[in-house]
Amino acid sequence: MEILVLIKRVPATGGRITLTSDAQEIDTKFLGFTVSPHEECAVEEAVRLVEAHGGSTTVMTLGPAEAEDQLREAMAIGANRGVLLDSGGRDWDAVATAAALTSAIRAQEAANGPFDLLLFGNESADSGGYQVGIRVAVALGRPCVVGVKALEVRDGMVVAQREAGGAREVYEVPLPAVVAVKEGINLPRYPSVPGRLRARKALLEVVMPEERAAGPTKVHLIVPEREETIAEVLGTGPDAAPRVVEVLQQLGLVGS
Amino acid sequence: MILVLVEHVEDRPERTSLEALVMARQLAAGGAGGPIEALLVGEGAASAAGWLAPQGVATAHVVSHPSLIDYAPVAWAEVIVQLMAARGPSVVVASGTDRGNEVMAYVAAKAGLPMAANCLAAETGGPGEPLMLTRQRWAGSLIEEARLTASTALLTVAPHAVADEETDAAGAPTIQAFAPAIADADLRTRVVGRIEPEAGKVSLSDARVVVGGGRGVGSAEGFADLEELADLLGGAVGVSRVVTSAGWRPHAEQVGQTGLRIAPDLYIACGISGAIQHIVGCQAAKVILAINKDPEAPIMQRARYAVIGDLHSVVPAISAEVRRVTGR
Repeated sequence: MEILVLIKRVPATGGRITLTSDAQEIDTKFLGFTVSPHEECAVEEAVRLVEAHGGSTTVMTLGPAEAEDQLREAMAIGANRGVLLDSGGRDWDAVATAAALTSAIRAQEAANGPFDLLLFGNESADSGGYQVGIRVAVALGRPCVVGVKALEVRDGMVVAQREAGGAREVYEVPLPAVVAVKEGINLPRYPSVPGRLRARKALLEVVMPEERAAGPTKVHLIVPEREETIAEVLGTGPDAAPRVVEVLQQLGLVGS
Repeated sequence: MILVLVEHVEDRPERTSLEALVMARQLAAGGAGGPIEALLVGEGAASAAGWLAPQGVATAHVVSHPSLIDYAPVAWAEVIVQLMAARGPSVVVASGTDRGNEVMAYVAAKAGLPMAANCLAAETGGPGEPLMLTRQRWAGSLIEEARLTASTALLTVAPHAVADEETDAAGAPTIQAFAPAIADADLRTRVVGRIEPEAGKVSLSDARVVVGGGRGVGSAEGFADLEELADLLGGAVGVSRVVTSAGWRPHAEQVGQTGLRIAPDLYIACGISGAIQHIVGCQAAKVILAINKDPEAPIMQRARYAVIGDLHSVVPAISAEVRRVTGR
């Protein structure tokens, strides 16, 4: 199976987010960067599928030159090749991102043969647009399932499950297909030492895509003000239980 | 005209779709221009449309198509694209649910238009003017103000972020059957089966009470105390990301940025410090009760009530008191 995983480099935000003085970006002076969480699981899923079915995993990102680190993280856990689409450090909108990925996927397939499966994260941690995977699937004319929490490939078909209320919906689409996964589909492994060494030396292909922006256009970012309340302390330790149950009764959650 | 995709369960509109209608009315009043028309697809669509009387909807387009009984996102999007061609809306709004975001992304891809997910507010100077959007990034930890210029603006509304009010402009919508042309290719992605949850188990997304557990629970076994209390209150257990990463509980129970966003009447946060990635998943709860050893934990600034102490002695004491009071 030939699998392509599309990932995004995002800041590893901690407790409180601070912005740059022009309110255009998160201030990353004191932050590390990581692969967006759903996509970390997409990489793991690809590596597992290749372990089970053979083939290889390619990982691709649109991002700044530094996104090389995230491609190498993916290669350290088992991806075989990396492709960096250099965004020039700008935050591309979903239309422009999908167009650049689609052209790059076509070029990769023309050079190295078709991919059976394209794996995306369901939505990126930062912009949360919920659309890049679907746009690429429509452009390439391939079936797509998003929100996937369990994935199986058998007899040329993808069988995917996603949560819907308390139940799970089952989808079945033929390969080649596009699947957008959610965190929880697996627990990503830690990279091994030989994996890290191999990833450090691996060659990366770098592509300079053309940006065709369509919007929406970011005006600025805001850290939302949250009403910080001072909690009413109902008590300390187990002695607080009667007071807690009084509150539950006031809320109509326990009969009296 | 503003078109709103209304999701429904059996014959009742979803609360998140009523929230989308609130934004549509704000847009109609704020320069985009009315009327508001709704689209409902699948079994029960016509009866669900009957519930839209207090929502200011002029026309409800109802689709009952033999291929659209089960959910099929590409075909739903095709219905919207065809209705857009017939009715020419300036804005199409859906709720920012799994389905709403998915369908609108297909509409955007098919129509070659931009789309803005999880908006909190939208306004415009008038027809033809750009939309000024406020939308969630980082699952709501960060807000973006953005400008959108498009022949038809495609938006989804962040769930549980606006109140689902009714309007005085009451009046039942005119119900019109809409018959789309659906190609086989649009039905490749569709639900072919469902795996139902265990009978009698309260779903985390619908539970009125959620007992949440974090790092402070300490182990998989430690959740027995939380499960007991959740059962007594007819609620469900939810967890933070640390808990699923440690393998203590299944990921389906994760509340937060990469898990579920819930809106129960009461969220009991046990041994949860209150990292922003978790808070964005539970901040829509009407009341938060925090049980934590650390009176300085960030969760205390989000909670209405707090108990200071070890959850493994406090939670069983609450369960015992609930039993005593209810005689169970």
